[in-house]
Amino acid sequence: MSLITALLTAQTKVDQFAISTGDWSWILNIAFYGFFIVFIFYGQRIQMYVMLREVEVSLYKLKFIKEEGRKITVETIKEVGKPQSDPTDKIDRFLEYFTIGPQNLDPAGVVWKLEHILDVRDTRFKDEVKLMAPASDETQVNNLENTLEAASALNFIYKVIRHYYLLGKKTLSLYVIMQIQMILPLVMREAEAYASALKAFAYGQPIGDGAGALVAARLMHGYETRKVAKDCVVATVPYEGRTAFVIKAEGPGGNVGKPGDAIKAVIEENEGKIATVVMIDAALKLEGEELGEVAEGVGAAIGGPGVDQYKIEDSLLKYHISVNAVVIKEDIGDAVSPLRKEVFDSIDKVIERVKQVVVEKTKEGDKVIIAGIGNSIGIGQ
Amino acid sequence: MSGTSASTTTSRISSFVILIVLITLALSLVALIFAAAVVVGYFKVGTDLTGAYVLLALGFLGIAISTYVLAETRRRLSKLKIVIPPVMTTVECRKCGVKNVREFQRGDYIFKETDPCQKCSDKMLITAIYREVKEKEKERFPF
Repeated sequence: MSLITALLTAQTKVDQFAISTGDWSWILNIAFYGFFIVFIFYGQRIQMYVMLREVEVSLYKLKFIKEEGRKITVETIKEVGKPQSDPTDKIDRFLEYFTIGPQNLDPAGVVWKLEHILDVRDTRFKDEVKLMAPASDETQVNNLENTLEAASALNFIYKVIRHYYLLGKKTLSLYVIMQIQMILPLVMREAEAYASALKAFAYGQPIGDGAGALVAARLMHGYETRKVAKDCVVATVPYEGRTAFVIKAEGPGGNVGKPGDAIKAVIEENEGKIATVVMIDAALKLEGEELGEVAEGVGAAIGGPGVDQYKIEDSLLKYHISVNAVVIKEDIGDAVSPLRKEVFDSIDKVIERVKQVVVEKTKEGDKVIIAGIGNSIGIGQ
Repeated sequence: MSGTSASTTTSRISSFVILIVLITLALSLVALIFAAAVVVGYFKVGTDLTGAYVLLALGFLGIAISTYVLAETRRRLSKLKIVIPPVMTTVECRKCGVKNVREFQRGDYIFKETDPCQKCSDKMLITAIYREVKEKEKERFPF
């Protein structure tokens, strides 16, 4: 009863401000026109603020991922490298490292200049890691270097997005804000991939990119290996009546080696008498393709800055050697994060496909090169 | 280690947003109470119901918007974590075929020789390291 009494009292109050039906329709009409006019003049600006807000939310997430990455890196270096002083300052400095690419106004010889710069960068990174983590062995140095690179990539992504966000806010230019907002889902996917890569590198777990190296490891396991180029090993394996030179980056530390130099060296050792080269690598899958799908083609299956691909193609051309490629489809997230079961299960299929290629394209007694390309973190031989 | 998640502990919801949401929520509730009052008035003294419709619409709309904004902010916060599914290591004895699957430990790598086999005391070998992701049911496309 008391509720009804209270509502009746409220109703009396409402009645004091009562508005008739006709008045309501006027109010709604005016409100409608008001909204219409506001959206005509300020629609774009409202849209811009909505986009800015969206970028801001992603920026918070990126900042969180970047900070987590830095934290994991510091903790891993302290745990593995046992430094005598706090390495945080050195790590922060490392995260800001940059590499300036070679001048290509005159493109002749640019590959060698690029290779030199990459070598200098690699040596510098390794020296820095050894200073930060003096107690770490060769494998751990490689893993820590990869961890730091992933943390550095996250730092860079965060800074670029922050730059466009602040620029958009300052200039209030719809086009600056729009372009960053449009690519944001892809950037976030990449950042999340690097975040999981960072953990994999820190713990030395095999990653999706190492699928090619894993195939080579399976083929060479149990046979004697020797170093053939920087961070690369080769094993001579009897294979379906042929002699196979199986090449991979030296594991279990995180590195991709120099497969270009390794393939070139093996070809030169055999004076070009190689029937075919089969390269195995992880390849980016298109949306809709199955993870771990195996595909076959021709050409040098290798990513990276292009130096190794150039060297391989150059050596193959010199002796007119055919090159076949077998790839395992993965998306960017799976390629840099711990190896997925689907990819692991496809290794047998790849080995079968490589066998098929070798049997079909060469005859018994021939020499073939089988190169497993990719980061061999967590993969021995 | 694997399977861990790190989440933010500090709240990142702006106090201004919270204030706006609370004001909207309060005004919506007031609108609903007034709407109820008009309905009661309609039954008792035959008041015009048009105002009640408008107040009801405004009240429900306000509650819906403020609840949505709150839920959306919470969802965004809960997404702020790096989750990695557990990584498993398979250890196998090449001689007697005994197979063990355990969680990954730092230092494990594929083709690493580990402890002797409990059955035949031959050295066991790590033959697989992978993570298993339980994917949500895929959307079906006609292509």
